[in-house]
Amino acid sequence: MGSVDVTIKRAGAGISAATLETASPRLPGTLTRIALIGNPNSGKSSLFNQLTGLNQKVGNFPGVTVDRKTGVAQITPLLRAEIIDLPGTYSLYPKSLDERVITDLLYDQTSAQYPDFVVVTADASNLRRNLLLFTQLADLGLPAVLALNMMDTAEQHGIKIDVAALQQEVGVPVIPMNARKGIGIAALKIVMGQQLAPPTVRFYEPTEELLPMIRQIRYYFNLHNDYLALHYAHQYQRINFLTADEQAYIGELVQQYGFEPTAQQAQETIDRYARINELLLNVVEVTRTEEAEPYSNRIDRVLTHKVWGYLIFFGVLFLMFQAVFAWASYPMELIDEGVAWINQLVQSNFEGPLISLLTEGVLAGLGGVLIFIPQISLLFAFIAVLEETGYMARVTFMMDRIMRKFGLNGKSVVPLISGVACAVPAIMSARTIENWKDRIITIFVTPLMSCSARIPVYTVLIGLVVPDVPVLGIFNLRGIALMGLYLLGFFAAILSALAMKFLLKTRERSYFIMEFPVYRWPRWKNVGITIVEKVKTFVFQAGKVIVAISVILWVLASYGPGDQLAQAETQARTTATQQQLSPEETENAVASAKLENSYAGTIGHLLEPGIRPLGFDWKIGISLITSFAAREVFVGTISTIYSVGQDADTRTIQQKLATARDSQGQPFFTPVRALSLLVFYVFAMQCMSTLAVTYRETKGWKWPILQAVYMTGLAYAASLLVYQLGS
Amino acid sequence: MPVSSASAPTSTARSVKDLRVGESGTICCLNDPEMALKLLEMGCIPGTQVRLNSKAPLGCPVTLVLGNGDYTLSLRVSEAATIMLRD
Repeated sequence: MGSVDVTIKRAGAGISAATLETASPRLPGTLTRIALIGNPNSGKSSLFNQLTGLNQKVGNFPGVTVDRKTGVAQITPLLRAEIIDLPGTYSLYPKSLDERVITDLLYDQTSAQYPDFVVVTADASNLRRNLLLFTQLADLGLPAVLALNMMDTAEQHGIKIDVAALQQEVGVPVIPMNARKGIGIAALKIVMGQQLAPPTVRFYEPTEELLPMIRQIRYYFNLHNDYLALHYAHQYQRINFLTADEQAYIGELVQQYGFEPTAQQAQETIDRYARINELLLNVVEVTRTEEAEPYSNRIDRVLTHKVWGYLIFFGVLFLMFQAVFAWASYPMELIDEGVAWINQLVQSNFEGPLISLLTEGVLAGLGGVLIFIPQISLLFAFIAVLEETGYMARVTFMMDRIMRKFGLNGKSVVPLISGVACAVPAIMSARTIENWKDRIITIFVTPLMSCSARIPVYTVLIGLVVPDVPVLGIFNLRGIALMGLYLLGFFAAILSALAMKFLLKTRERSYFIMEFPVYRWPRWKNVGITIVEKVKTFVFQAGKVIVAISVILWVLASYGPGDQLAQAETQARTTATQQQLSPEETENAVASAKLENSYAGTIGHLLEPGIRPLGFDWKIGISLITSFAAREVFVGTISTIYSVGQDADTRTIQQKLATARDSQGQPFFTPVRALSLLVFYVFAMQCMSTLAVTYRETKGWKWPILQAVYMTGLAYAASLLVYQLGS
Repeated sequence: MPVSSASAPTSTARSVKDLRVGESGTICCLNDPEMALKLLEMGCIPGTQVRLNSKAPLGCPVTLVLGNGDYTLSLRVSEAATIMLRD
């Protein structure tokens, strides 16, 4: 799977990365390392996309949920550079776990990852605030280039920047550009191709009283400047590469000199702004055309209106939901049929247990991975456009008050609603939530929303036990039952979020403060790259887990202890001959007997005492296990067990289930029993893909395991309650 | 000292929370030291002019325009209440 090589021709370079790789094999260690850093909304991602195109790799930073995005850029025909895209930040003092990857990278000069220089993106229309981060980086002594982005927006705002004067003031190369349109990229590459000296201008000097402490830290750790030493004094408890002794050493100094980090940091920020104001006096000239109301404000008056705002938002959500739910089903069917066709092709030409493993285990698992691609692509096309245009900030703005009550975030609306279609892309979309706790809660409760894979289960069981009668003339009792199940899932999600709000402790303080971006047209290239990146991440990272579990499930369903399986088959055939069944009926009976005697069947029997209080027997037990591949597999399994054959339609299955009798000869699927099973399917975590994606998004097994235990526990308790009260 | 962790503001002190939509004021100080660090980085520097631009339909969060229409921030009312204004 890992051999998919993406080769694209980049405009300007005119030579594909792969060609170059073969032409001049690069020596290890000769690749220039460049870190891309800047404020959120300063066009950093656009610049990263322009420089690296599809040559991007998404990996992990150790210990945090942030993705480590790197890419290779062709700077000159002979020079390639590895570019690392750091998370957007307003300053070098990290506020969140995720922002710490920046300081981890920039503090350790001896690290192999240490960048040769940094490219700082700054929004030219908002230079004052963007320069804060730049001045901190410059004071760290890192060679830097200032990419003055969004020059067009600045111009529209009547802001004129004297680039030569700015370059003089900041002491590093300044490149005016417009990354979204690709303007200035060539100039930036020329500068990036040169040997850069460390910056010469200092913007902030620590006060005299701090110097003794700073100098001691500086010489002890052999650091190249005072400002870095000051950061050590601030962050020593959280610097991973320091030993406990080294941390204790700094701790003592901090105590001894009575260093107050918060006050110092506040004063530093104020001093920096004063210095920036001063230097901008000669650089920026604002001729504001007074004062046609900014177009963003006028748009906001409609889009965040208390009536229209919500109506439009629900319209957007509905469109999104429709896309993931309905539009995606066409390509999904194609993928499904395609995989089935390949399976058929292999099965009709080869035979044997290995082929069976390949088709029913590996290929089925791969199909189970690929099937999600249309949904993920469509959902992220929407999300990327919402983010790019600035509308997502308005969504958060409108929904925050409501969602916050439940421990969620304004942005949680998108994952929750998407969860009604499918939890997999929905959980991936929780990535847009910056706050760790809000994001974890959102990821945790999203699978409780009834997804489309539950519909086949709901349909079969509701059709079985709920009579098709009108209610109040216009409604239908079956429709009401179905809606009830959706509402049950929704309330479970909301209430679980509320509970987690109180249970989950975090040291990270939650801020809402964010920049309210102006509306912009989306850049389709960025949208496209987002989609490709999300699909790749899912296929290669969550996909591995899905294929593995699929293979395990196949083994469980196709093999049994000892020669039990073979015996069962022989016996089923004998009985079938005695009863003079048709060949098709015989095959169905054999499949049913084999499944009963497989490991899955054995586990189903073992489970029976545990699930009997819920009204379930071993047949349902087997279905619960196989459902783990995906909930809709329930229908296929239950048909196999009741010998109706895999491909029977809903009506046939219902008829068969209706005739099932318990040991007293009464109908097995009573309304209470069916309801208990339905409730179980509303709550239970029965989806390996969801678990795999939670694993991938939280970067560990803790949350997926907790999620599985919680949801399945909830399902057990609820079904128990229903069945015991009902019967 | 613009950032003070001192006792709660007196009842006469106004914060950004007390502004009406469209009304402006000048930042005097920030009274939550930890929040202050974030606000300072985002440009809420004492002496800066701030205008309450809009409120969300449910009254919270709000948007502020900083400086001479430079940019817009969105923040919760509880956060806005820590930005004190000059008389």
